[in-house]
Amino acid sequence: MENKSGSHRLAAVLSDAVLIAYFIFALFPIVWMLLISLKPGEELFTTRFVFHPTLDNYQAILFGDPRAAAGVVAKQEFPRYFLNSLILATGSVVVSLLFGVPAAYALARYKFKGKEDLAFTFLSFRFAPELVVIIPLAVLYRQLGLYDTYWGMIWVLQLVTLPLLIWVLRSYFEDISPDIEQAAMIDGYPWWRIFWNILLPLVRPGLAAAALLAFIFAWNSFIFPLVLGASNTTTVTVAALGYLSSAQSFFNRMAAAAVISSIPQIVLALSIQRYLIRGLSFGAVKG
Amino acid sequence: MTEENIRPPLSVRIRPWLIALPALLVLIGILYPFVTAIYYTFTGYQLNRPGSANNFVGLQNYWRMITHVDFLYSTYITFAYALLTTGVELSLGLLIAMLLNRESRVAKILTPMLIFPMVIAPVIGTLVWKVMMQPSVGILNPMLNAIGLPSLEWAAAPQTALFSVVLVDVWMFTPFAALILTAGLRSFPNAPFEAARVDGASFWFTFRNLTLPMLMPFLTIVVVFRLMDSLKMFDIIFAMTEGGPGNTLMTYELTAYRTAIQFQRLAQGLTYAVLLYIIIYISSQYLIKFWGRAQRRAAGF
Repeated sequence: MENKSGSHRLAAVLSDAVLIAYFIFALFPIVWMLLISLKPGEELFTTRFVFHPTLDNYQAILFGDPRAAAGVVAKQEFPRYFLNSLILATGSVVVSLLFGVPAAYALARYKFKGKEDLAFTFLSFRFAPELVVIIPLAVLYRQLGLYDTYWGMIWVLQLVTLPLLIWVLRSYFEDISPDIEQAAMIDGYPWWRIFWNILLPLVRPGLAAAALLAFIFAWNSFIFPLVLGASNTTTVTVAALGYLSSAQSFFNRMAAAAVISSIPQIVLALSIQRYLIRGLSFGAVKG
Repeated sequence: MTEENIRPPLSVRIRPWLIALPALLVLIGILYPFVTAIYYTFTGYQLNRPGSANNFVGLQNYWRMITHVDFLYSTYITFAYALLTTGVELSLGLLIAMLLNRESRVAKILTPMLIFPMVIAPVIGTLVWKVMMQPSVGILNPMLNAIGLPSLEWAAAPQTALFSVVLVDVWMFTPFAALILTAGLRSFPNAPFEAARVDGASFWFTFRNLTLPMLMPFLTIVVVFRLMDSLKMFDIIFAMTEGGPGNTLMTYELTAYRTAIQFQRLAQGLTYAVLLYIIIYISSQYLIKFWGRAQRRAAGF
C-alpha cells in the first residue's frame, strides 16, 4: 500500500468538497423557495437574503388576502385544490391496491401462459407516452360524463399507480419462500386464507412503502388533471401554474403554495427511505 | 406448485387469471382508448367538427407530419433533450454515487437529503426554477453577475432555452441515478476490490475493470427509466415555456399536446403521440431485454 496519510486525506477532502458543491446545487432551489415564500410583497424585488419574514403569503393562499381589492385575489381556493390532490392521490392508491395486490400475487406465485407478457404490458403503461391514452379519453370522458370528475381522474391515474404497485409488490411476494405456503396448504388452509393471513402480513412494510410512493407519484402528476380535469378537479400541480401565468404573477404566493404541497412529499419520502430504491426501480434493485 | 404429470383441473388453471381479473379490467380500460387513438390517426378528427371522426383519410396525417416544415427540428429537439439529460444524469449520478459510497461523515449527513428534488412535483420544481431565472425577482442572474458573468435570458431566449430545461431535469433526476447506483455499489462483494488493492491496481484500472462492469445492470436501469421518461417529458418543458420561445422546445410530446388539445386537431396531434409511442416501444424492447438480464444479475448479488 502506498503512503496513506497525505494523498488519501487530500482525496477525501476534495471528495467531500465536490459532494457539498453538488448538494448546494440540489438543495438551493428548495431553500430559496422557502425563503421567498416568507418574503413580504414589498421586499420581493430585492435579491437580498436579509428581509422581514412574514406569513402573509401563507395566510393569503389559505384564507384569502385581506388587503386585496374586492374580488381580485381575495378568494383563494388553494385549500380546495389541496383537498382535490389528496382525494385523487388517495383514491388512486386505494383502487390500485384493490386491483393490484391480487395481480401481483398471481404474477409472483403462479406459472401460467403469457405471464411475462402480462407483467410487461402493465409495465409498459409506465413507459408509454400518456397522451396516447389521454387524448382519446378526453373525447370518451365527455361522452361518458367522466370529464372533470374524481372517478374519471382516479381511473386514469391507474396508469401511474397500478404498474408501480404490481411490479414492486410482485418482487416482495417473490422474496417469500414458497415453503411457507406449501406448509400451510398441507395443513389444509385455502389459498385465500394463506394469502390473507400469512403472505400479506409478511409484505406489509413493503406494501405500505409502495403505496406511499404511488401516492407521491399520483400527487405529482400534472398532465392528467391538466387535460382531463377542469374547475372541479383542479389539483395543486395545475393550480401552481396559475399563480405565475395570470396577468400579475404572484411569485411569493406560488412559493408558499409550492412549500405547502411539497412538505407531505418530503415527509412521506423520508419515512419510506429504506424501501425507496426498490420502489423507484419497480422492484429491479433490492436496495 | 402442482404435480408435474397430471394436468391440473380447470378451476386451478384459471385461478391466476381470476386473481388478476380486476387488474385485467383496468388493462382493458386503458387499452381501449389506446386502440381508439391509433384508429383516430387515420381519420380527420377535429374536436370542433362533429362527425369528422368518421372521415377516413388513410395515411394523410402521417404524411403531413413527416413533411411538416418543423418535423426535423421537432425530432432533433426530442432526442437532444432525451440524450442530453440521460447522459448528464448518468455521469453526474455515477460521480455522486461513488462519492457518497465512502467512509465520510459529510456523505452520511447529506445522503438523506438526496431525494428532496426528486419527490417534489416536477411542475412545482420547475416553477421554482422559473422564478429563480426570472429577470426581476430571480436569483440566478445576480449570482452570475456576482462572479463577473453577464446575465442570461434562460428559457426566454432560444439560445439558452434547451440548456435551461435540461438544467432543471438534471437537478430533478440526478438523485434518481445516484440512488440506484449507490445501491449497486453497496451490493458489491468486497473481495475483488480488496485483491485489486493488494495488487496495487490504480484507481482507474479498478474503476474500468471492476466497478463499471459490475455496475452495468444498475446503469441499464437508470438509462431505461431516464431515457423513456425524457423522450416523453411534458411537465418540465410545459411549466417552463409551453414549448417556446417560438418552437424552440416543441418536442413530439409538446407538439402532440398543442395540436390535439390547444388547436383541437385531435387526429393530427395523436399522430405525434403515436410516433413517440413507436419510438419508445422499439427502444424499450431493446432495453427491457437488457433489463431482464440486469434484474436477474442484480438479484444474484
